[in-house]
Amino acid sequence: MDPQTIIARRIARELSAGMLVNLGIGIPTQVANYVPPGMQVFFQSENGLIGTGSPPEEGMAHPMLTDAAGKPVAALPGASTFDSAMSFGLIRGGHLDLTVLGGLQVDQTGRLANWTIPNKMVPGMGGAMDLVSGARRVIVAMQHTAKGAPKIVKKCTLPVTSTRRVDLVVTEMAVIAFPNGRATLIETGPGISPAQVVAATEAELVIGTEVPEMALAA
Amino acid sequence: MRTLSIDQSVAMIPDGASLMIGGFMSVGTPERIVDEIVRQGKRDLTVIANDTAMPGKGIGKLVEAGLLRKAIVSHIGLNPETQRRMMVGEIEVELVPQGTLIERIRAGGHGLGGVLTQTGLGTSVENGKKHISVDGKEYLLEIALRADFALVQAFLADYLGNLSYALTARNFNPVIAMAAERVIASAEHIVPVGVIAPDHVVTPAPVVDYLVANS
Repeated sequence: MDPQTIIARRIARELSAGMLVNLGIGIPTQVANYVPPGMQVFFQSENGLIGTGSPPEEGMAHPMLTDAAGKPVAALPGASTFDSAMSFGLIRGGHLDLTVLGGLQVDQTGRLANWTIPNKMVPGMGGAMDLVSGARRVIVAMQHTAKGAPKIVKKCTLPVTSTRRVDLVVTEMAVIAFPNGRATLIETGPGISPAQVVAATEAELVIGTEVPEMALAA
Repeated sequence: MRTLSIDQSVAMIPDGASLMIGGFMSVGTPERIVDEIVRQGKRDLTVIANDTAMPGKGIGKLVEAGLLRKAIVSHIGLNPETQRRMMVGEIEVELVPQGTLIERIRAGGHGLGGVLTQTGLGTSVENGKKHISVDGKEYLLEIALRADFALVQAFLADYLGNLSYALTARNFNPVIAMAAERVIASAEHIVPVGVIAPDHVVTPAPVVDYLVANS
């Protein structure tokens, strides 16, 4: 199984019925493919939609029904649309149960850097800072390393997105939480040992006596 | 409200004007007005909008034509041309978190001096901004934004200028319609008064100064 699928299927297990969820682009988007059958989850697109569905069938796209990347989507039964002030009121105001975002680095206290690489990649933060600062729960979906270099580090060398700690980091090798602001290995990836996680991680990890292997959504 | 032709609407905009423009990755951007700005070659513009779209679409056309002096936006990631011009100093870009940007515009349109938000605390966004503590929680003071013109794209406009919007083309449009000295609206459909039911009017007619006529 490829790393992205492992990550998406693990994060799908954090969903529950009735949640309002915002998925970032990239791996986070794939989480929507693994919602348990029959479970109603409301997906928000910050451009002004709750009830975001998959891309519509060929010929059914509407130029005014798009996701936050400007790509055509479907609206599911029960969908609603609204302006950007309302959309970010939902995000900051405690109404958004969960956001899943990509990451460039996470430090050992749970701080996330995911919006810029100075002088190299300056796309603008878009909604990322509001999402990390405002959502009730923040999960980072990212591969454990980038070209062999650890992404879970002692201290972020890239500019942080928020000072608010993320709740969970899910990679293909590990699930890491941050109780009391300390990176703690709570699950390992399929076929991965805690020692392998430690070897691929720069941050100091708290490791319990028994670390279970992650379960994946179907 | 006055109805104007597309060329008259844009002729009102002087070089150096500040423009709020609706749209999110060009969805809900008044393309006819943008095209006319390019045709008339308005220069030194400051654009306040969610993003600069992509080359060939929406605000991306203004970037490519070299008409912008400054962009106050949340995202330029899908427009390499904006990034290139920013790097070489042809365009000044002020990047603002999206939720903060829309609230600064909302404040400008609602008679408020600014808003308090936790977004941006402890990041490069807080540089030079006041911190204000309320009930023991720390916030950043983000000040209100207004512009000379708002360029609004509606789905329906009636003969009086009442506006309604469609799906995700709403985005910044009703918010910018409150925050500019002069509001120019264009619409997919211009319809008789009454077709938009009172409950479905999102931008009330008195807010709209000019409606761009069908050609």
